[in-house]
Amino acid sequence: MAVIRDMMPAFELFRPVSVDDALQLMARHGEAAWALAGGLDTFDWLKDRIKRPEAVIDLGAISEMRGITADRGGLTIGAMTTLTEVATSPEVVESFSLLSMAAFHVATPQIRNQGTIGGNVAQDTRCWYYRGGWPCYRAGGNICYAAAPKAMNREHCILGAKRCVAVNPSDTAPALIALDAQMVIRSAGGERVVAAEDFFMSPAVDITRMTVLEPDELLTEIRIPETWSRARFYFEKVRDRQSWDFSLVTVASAMRMSGGRVQDARIVVNGVAPRPVRVTEAESVLIGSPANESIGLAAGEAAIRRAKPLRHNDFKRPLMRNLIRRAIRGQEA
Amino acid sequence: MDRYTTATLRVNGQDLQVVFPTHHTLLEVLREECGLTGTKHGCELGECGTCTVLVDGEPVLSCLALTAEMEGRSIETVEGLQDGNELHPLQAAFADLGAAQCGYCTPGMLMTATALLAENDDPSADEIRTALAGNLCRCTGYHKIIEAVEWAAGVVRGDAGAGPAREVLFGSSVPGEGS
Repeated sequence: MAVIRDMMPAFELFRPVSVDDALQLMARHGEAAWALAGGLDTFDWLKDRIKRPEAVIDLGAISEMRGITADRGGLTIGAMTTLTEVATSPEVVESFSLLSMAAFHVATPQIRNQGTIGGNVAQDTRCWYYRGGWPCYRAGGNICYAAAPKAMNREHCILGAKRCVAVNPSDTAPALIALDAQMVIRSAGGERVVAAEDFFMSPAVDITRMTVLEPDELLTEIRIPETWSRARFYFEKVRDRQSWDFSLVTVASAMRMSGGRVQDARIVVNGVAPRPVRVTEAESVLIGSPANESIGLAAGEAAIRRAKPLRHNDFKRPLMRNLIRRAIRGQEA
Repeated sequence: MDRYTTATLRVNGQDLQVVFPTHHTLLEVLREECGLTGTKHGCELGECGTCTVLVDGEPVLSCLALTAEMEGRSIETVEGLQDGNELHPLQAAFADLGAAQCGYCTPGMLMTATALLAENDDPSADEIRTALAGNLCRCTGYHKIIEAVEWAAGVVRGDAGAGPAREVLFGSSVPGEGS
C-alpha cells in the first residue's frame, strides 16, 4: 500500500512578481496551470486530489494586484487585496459600507486574513456532490446528483437551475453587483472589462465554470464607480451557524431615495441560483414607490414568483422574500 | 521540477534555515522540519482553526498557507508564547480555568487570542467571540475559553483584580482555618 506523506501531491510552483509574468506563465502552461490566490478554495481541491494541476501560479508576490485606491469618487481594489483589508478599509467603510459588511461576513477571521476579494468572487461552488469528486454535469459527467430523488439539496438552487443546481457561495459577489462594479480581466492578449453582473457564469452557457474567466485569464482588479457612494445599503446573510458558515440566502441592496420615494435601486440575492442574481422583478416594483413594508412584501413576492424549489429547500422561498422585504423597509421599520 | 526549496524562516524570533518540499504547507514544515509540533493538524480545510499561527501578527491557517510564501515574514507559534519558565498570561489563564479540555484546539485558540489582545487589551465577551469564531472546540468548552481570555486580558493590562475569585478556582477554604 502506498504511504501518503504529503498533505497534497507535488506541483511545480511559480511565484511571479508582475501580472505580465503571471499571464505568460498561464499562457505557457494552458490547462495544466492553476492560479493561486489566498488558497482557501485551492488547497481543498488539491488535498482531496480531485484537481491535480501541474503548475501552480501563486499570485501572492504580485504587489500591483494588492491595495485599495480612490478613483474619481469610486474605488479600485486589487484582486489580491485580502478580505480583512476590504472589510476594514476606511474608504470602503465610508462610501461603500455594503462591500465592507459583505467582506466581514465571509467565513472566519483567519480566512479573511488570507482570502482575497478576487478569490472570493472566483471561487468554485460548495455543492458537496461536486466537491466530493462525483462525476456530475459540472465535473464533465452526465447527471446531477443533487437533483436526484433522494438527494440532500437543502443548500441548493431555487432559481435559474440548468441541469446543475449548485449555488454560488460568494458573500462579496452580490455586494459588488449591487454597486455596479466592473471586473478587470487580463490575458496575454490584452484587457477586457466585464460588469460584475455578467462576470458569473450560468450553467446554461458553460456548466463547468463559475465565472467568465478563460483558463489563460486573470481577474486583476475590481473597479467600483461613484454611482452608489453613500447610498442606502442593506446586507444580510442567513446561515445555519452564526459563528461562521456559508450562506443559505444573502441579500445585498443599494437604494437612492428622492422625496420619500425610491429613485433607483439594486437588489441582489445569492445562495438561491447558480450565480448571484439581480432581482429586477423586485427593483421594478420598488422604483417610484416609498420603501415601506407593503412595497417590500410586494417586491419580495414578485422576486420568488418563478422559484422552483427542490425537495429540501422550499424554505428558501419565504427566506428570500423576507430578506428582500427587510432590505427594502430597513431593519428598524 | 524543482522539488525542494531552501528558505530562512523567522519563527518565534529565531531564524531557521530549512529545506522543504516546495508544495508543503507552513503547518507541515513547522511540524516536520522545524520540530514544532505544538501547532496541530485538524481538518486541513479551514474549518477548525487548530493550525492557527501568527504571520506578521495576524492569525492565519498554517494548513492553508504555502511555506514558500513565508520568507521574510515573522511567524509565531504556541511554542513562542512562554517566556523562559514563565507562562504567557493566556496560557496561565487557560490552565487555571480549565479552558482546555482535550486540548487539541488550545494552540489555535491561544494564538488567535494573542492577536486579539495585541490589538485590544480590554475586549468584551462579544469581541472575544467574534475573534475566536474561526476556532472550533469539539469539547464545546467555549464558556471557559472566553472567561480565560477576559482574565488574561486583565493580567496583560496590569489590572490587579483581574480574574475570578480564589474560591472559584480552588474551592472555599476549610471551615475554622480562616481565610
